[in-house]
Amino acid sequence: MQNRRVVVTGTGIVSAIGMNTGEFWNNVITCNSGIGPYSASFSDQIRFKNGADIKHFDATGIIEKDDLDLMDRFTQLAVVAAKEAVKNAGIIFNDENAYNTAVICGTSIGGVQTQEQSYIDLYRENKTRVHPLSIPKTMPNGAASNISMQMGIKGPVYAISTACASSNHAIGNAFWLIRNGVCDQAICGGSETPFTYTFLKAWEAIRVVAPDTCRPFSKNRQGMILGEGSGMLVLETLDNAKKRGANILGEIVGFGMTSDASHITKPDQKGAEKAMQMAMQDGSINPSQIGYINAHGTGTLVNDTMEVAAVKNVFGNHANELSISSTKSLHGHALGATSSFEAIATVLALKNGILPPTANFQEKDETCDIDIVPNASKEKKIQYALSNAFAFGGLNAVLAFKKWEE
Amino acid sequence: MSEAVFEKMATLLSSKKGINKELISIDSSFEELGLDSLDSIELIADLEDEFNVNIPNTELQGIKTIRQAVDGLSKAMQ
Repeated sequence: MQNRRVVVTGTGIVSAIGMNTGEFWNNVITCNSGIGPYSASFSDQIRFKNGADIKHFDATGIIEKDDLDLMDRFTQLAVVAAKEAVKNAGIIFNDENAYNTAVICGTSIGGVQTQEQSYIDLYRENKTRVHPLSIPKTMPNGAASNISMQMGIKGPVYAISTACASSNHAIGNAFWLIRNGVCDQAICGGSETPFTYTFLKAWEAIRVVAPDTCRPFSKNRQGMILGEGSGMLVLETLDNAKKRGANILGEIVGFGMTSDASHITKPDQKGAEKAMQMAMQDGSINPSQIGYINAHGTGTLVNDTMEVAAVKNVFGNHANELSISSTKSLHGHALGATSSFEAIATVLALKNGILPPTANFQEKDETCDIDIVPNASKEKKIQYALSNAFAFGGLNAVLAFKKWEE
Repeated sequence: MSEAVFEKMATLLSSKKGINKELISIDSSFEELGLDSLDSIELIADLEDEFNVNIPNTELQGIKTIRQAVDGLSKAMQ
C-alpha cells in the first residue's frame, strides 16, 4: 500500500506561556518566557526556585464537574488541550469514524498530583485510606482514556512513557498509524504536571536544574528548568482533510527513533544522530532541505554540546545554513509534554515563516557554534524542519515536518 | 444512629454530587440518584472516614441503596 500523506489540522496547548495555541505562539515569537518563581507552598524547601508552571488553571466550564472529579491535573490539562485541538480542526467524531480514530498521549510520570496527595494523607496526616479514585486518577493512561471518553473515540487509545521524548513518540506513533492505514485520524501529544514536593526533591537531588533560568547553548548555562502543561495535535490523512475542507496547518512527513543502549542519563551522540537521519529517511528528505531544528536543547552542559555536535555531524556544511533553537527557554522543560509544545512550535514556524528564538542567551559557547536564533525570533521561509527529543533512558525520537503545500 | 448516618449521607450527596436533599430517601437506590459504582465507592469511603469504621469489600460491593449503606455503616459501628 502506498504511504498516505498525513497533515496537522488542529493544535491545542495549555502552558506557562499560553492557555491556547494563539497565546502560546504570540509569546514564542515575542520571546516572552514563562520561567519565573513557581507558585508552590513548599518552594522554600527546594534549592531551585524557578519553573514554568501554570499559575491559573480551572477546567470548570470546559469539563463537566462529575468528569473533573475523575481526573488528575495532568489529565485535565490534556483534555482541555485536546478539546482546543479538535475545535480548531473542526472535526466531529461519530459512529462513522470513532473506530478509525486514535488517541495517543505521552507522559513521563502520569498522575503524580494524586499520588502526592496519597502520600500526604498516609504519611503526614496518618490517615488509614486514600481517595477511592486514586488508581484511575494516577494511571499514566488517564489522559488518553479520558480524551477517548470525552470525544467518543473508540480506536487505538494508549499512553506512551519515554520520559522527555514521550510526546514525540506519541505523535510519531499516531503519524505511522495513519500513514499505514490503521486509522484515518488521531489526537496525539502529551501532558505533564511535575510540580509536587517529592518530584521536585527528586529533581533537586539529580542536580541538573538551573538555579536561575534555562539558557540553552549559552556558555554560562546551568541546567534545565521544569515546565508544566499539555499540547495536543489533530493528525489526519490529507484526503480526509481535503474532503472536510479543513484548514491544513502543516504536514508531518517523517519519524525516527533510536535507543542509545549506553547510559541511563548521559546522552550518546550516535543515538541522536541516527534518530535525525532516520526521521529524514522516513520522510524522503535530503539533509540540505532542512531549514530549522527545534532542538531538545535542555540547557544542560552535556546535552547542548552533544546536540550541536550531532547536528554538525549529520548535516556537515549545511549546519552553517540551518537554524536551531530551544523553545524550552520559553515554556520550560515539561518532560513528557515538552515535545508536544515543540512539535506545535515547529509546525507554526513552517506555516508562518518565523523561527522561534532561544531565550535567555548571554554568552557564546564555542562547543555550540551554530545559529541558535538568540533572544529574538526571525523571519525565514523554510520548507522542512525537525523537532528533536532525546530523553533520559537514552531514548531518542525525532519528527520531520513540512510546510503545507499541495 | 441510623438517622445520623442517613443525614450525613444526604448532606454528602447534596454537597458533592449536587443532588437535591429532598429527593434522597432511605429507599432510594444509587442508580435512581444517578450514582455509578465509582460514585458509591467514593460515598462509602467518605462515610467510613466520617464514622471511623471499615466496611469489608465484600459487603461494599453489595451496597446498591441508601438503606443498605446505612445498615452497613450502622453494623460496622456496633
